[in-house]
Amino acid sequence: MLTYLIRRILYVIPICLGVTVLVFGLVHLAPGDPLSAVVPPDAPEEMVQELRVAYGFDKPLPIQYATWLGRVLTGDLGVSVARGREVTSELALAVPNTLILAVGGTLLGFTLGAFFGGVAGYFQGRWIDKLATGIAITGVSVPHYWLGLVLVIIFSVEMNVLPAIGMGPNGSSTWVWDTEHMKHLVLPIITLSVIPMGIITRTVRATVAEILNQEFVQALHAKGLLNHQVLMHVVTNAAPTTLAVMGIQLGYLLGGSILVETVFQWPGTGSLLNSAIFERDIPLLQGTILVLAMFFVFLNLLVDLVQSAIDPRMVR
Amino acid sequence: MSELRTSANQPIVDVRNLEVTFVSRDSTVNAVNGVNFTLQPGEVLCILGESGSGKSVTLRALMRLLPRQAQISGCVTVGGKDVLSLTERKLADLRGSEIAMIFQEPAVSFDPIYTVGRQITESIRRHENVSGAEAQQRALDLFERVQIPSPERRLRAFSHELSGGMRQRAMIALALACQPSVLLADEPTTALDATVQIQILLLLRELQRELGMAVIFVTHDVGVAVEIADRIAVMYAGRFVEIGPTKKIINSPQHPYTKGLLSSTVNSSSRGKRLKAIPGSPPDMTQLPIGCAFGPRCDHVHPACRAQVPAETQLAGVDDYMVRCLLADGPLELT
Repeated sequence: MLTYLIRRILYVIPICLGVTVLVFGLVHLAPGDPLSAVVPPDAPEEMVQELRVAYGFDKPLPIQYATWLGRVLTGDLGVSVARGREVTSELALAVPNTLILAVGGTLLGFTLGAFFGGVAGYFQGRWIDKLATGIAITGVSVPHYWLGLVLVIIFSVEMNVLPAIGMGPNGSSTWVWDTEHMKHLVLPIITLSVIPMGIITRTVRATVAEILNQEFVQALHAKGLLNHQVLMHVVTNAAPTTLAVMGIQLGYLLGGSILVETVFQWPGTGSLLNSAIFERDIPLLQGTILVLAMFFVFLNLLVDLVQSAIDPRMVR
Repeated sequence: MSELRTSANQPIVDVRNLEVTFVSRDSTVNAVNGVNFTLQPGEVLCILGESGSGKSVTLRALMRLLPRQAQISGCVTVGGKDVLSLTERKLADLRGSEIAMIFQEPAVSFDPIYTVGRQITESIRRHENVSGAEAQQRALDLFERVQIPSPERRLRAFSHELSGGMRQRAMIALALACQPSVLLADEPTTALDATVQIQILLLLRELQRELGMAVIFVTHDVGVAVEIADRIAVMYAGRFVEIGPTKKIINSPQHPYTKGLLSSTVNSSSRGKRLKAIPGSPPDMTQLPIGCAFGPRCDHVHPACRAQVPAETQLAGVDDYMVRCLLADGPLELT
């Protein structure tokens, strides 16, 4: 067990290095000189040259990467070109906001998905299974930004019961746990939860159905266990797969909610990425992607560890 | 339960007109079509038959362990209780405590993510009001009883960490956890290596004698049946075609199917000769013939055999010997 843990944690190091290579490479993969975003096109050649030396762009790529990596490792992600502020402080504001949405959306999606999927798997082939499967397919098929817009039209424009945009009253961008702020959460969280809900429903349905078909469930009935006791065995057996899928969904929501955050004008990492892309703000873009990718890596690590804690067969 | 064990004339298992059909949208499978038998306490009955003859279904029907789409009719009494009319709760109380089951594939019959020991204590504590420590001790005793080496360590193991033979021993320990009076064994040696098969068989026989359990043992292996059974029931197309004491059945089988089955197995007298196979193949269980189900494959088939299913006939002069064949001691002479 311990050796597995250590090995699994050590695996994170090369993965993280790979991530930094990709993130660093992004700047150089994008067409044009990274400086062209900062420098006006009519700037004199000497000034461009001076800046190039100042930013270190005159050195060979491996050296540039090494110096950049050195700075990243000490927690310095550079300064946002468009905003003139430290990338880390921009992220410190945006990441918690996104976390609130992503965790909320995943929890809602997980709860609904586990319920629908469990019911569908248990009553496979009956009308209730078809209903739950139908909801799941709708969930994964609906474009969520479109759903967000529709929800805004229904609940904000027509019924006027929930706020349409922003994170709190009067464009507040710091989170407070009060009713006004919570109201702003409702629509984005519902919007974000549909895809995880659909995917988790389908996973849980397949997993539960597969477990129920296994002989050991018969054996559990044969030794006289009551239905709810057998159900506990089924739930424990379904947990590793379900948690793995949930972790990955949370990862996607952390990084992939650009569209939803844009629709709801939520000041999170999605909005940050969106403006960084449009403003060609390369340090901000790099920093945000790097942090989101790290989240993904660590979520996967967490999922693996939890999985191996539940399922003894995982540890080799 | 103890009263039942002492009263020798009262059968511990009584099965009357058992029928099981699996109904699905596009077909109806008649898996069991009128099975009758009784089992005395401490008796070992082997149900012998080829795949798809309905032997496993018969066994599972005894504890109503069948999927939803199975329709069971007839009368099944285990330890004086009418199994088919019990409530879910009463049925669950019966399962594992009075009637227990050993499965064919020990590898898939344990929950993979619970330790083997926990699954045994779970069973004990389900049926008896004992402390965790006591259940743990009982599990340890059981593991010693089924001769699992270093039992403390094995109790903490998961089923994938045990060898096939060890798993089946653990499965037997699990089945014996609450001292059932009836043990059902569904081909418990089929999935094992030949050498391990014999060990498990000997262990089962020894435990059966020690504990005085009644055992119903399902197998397709004549050798296994001879080794362990007091009585043998030969099953074909969902019916017992012949049931009687092991020696009688082996030495003078009455039903043509039993004769075919016995002559198609290897023994010392068949060395150098060609093994005889029964011609044809088992009937389609969705469309059984009107008469004797073995008729289409039988060398001695008579027009009367096609008219109706031969009734169960008590063989004259032999106690407790039933055969379902018009040719055996019946109205027809062998042609």
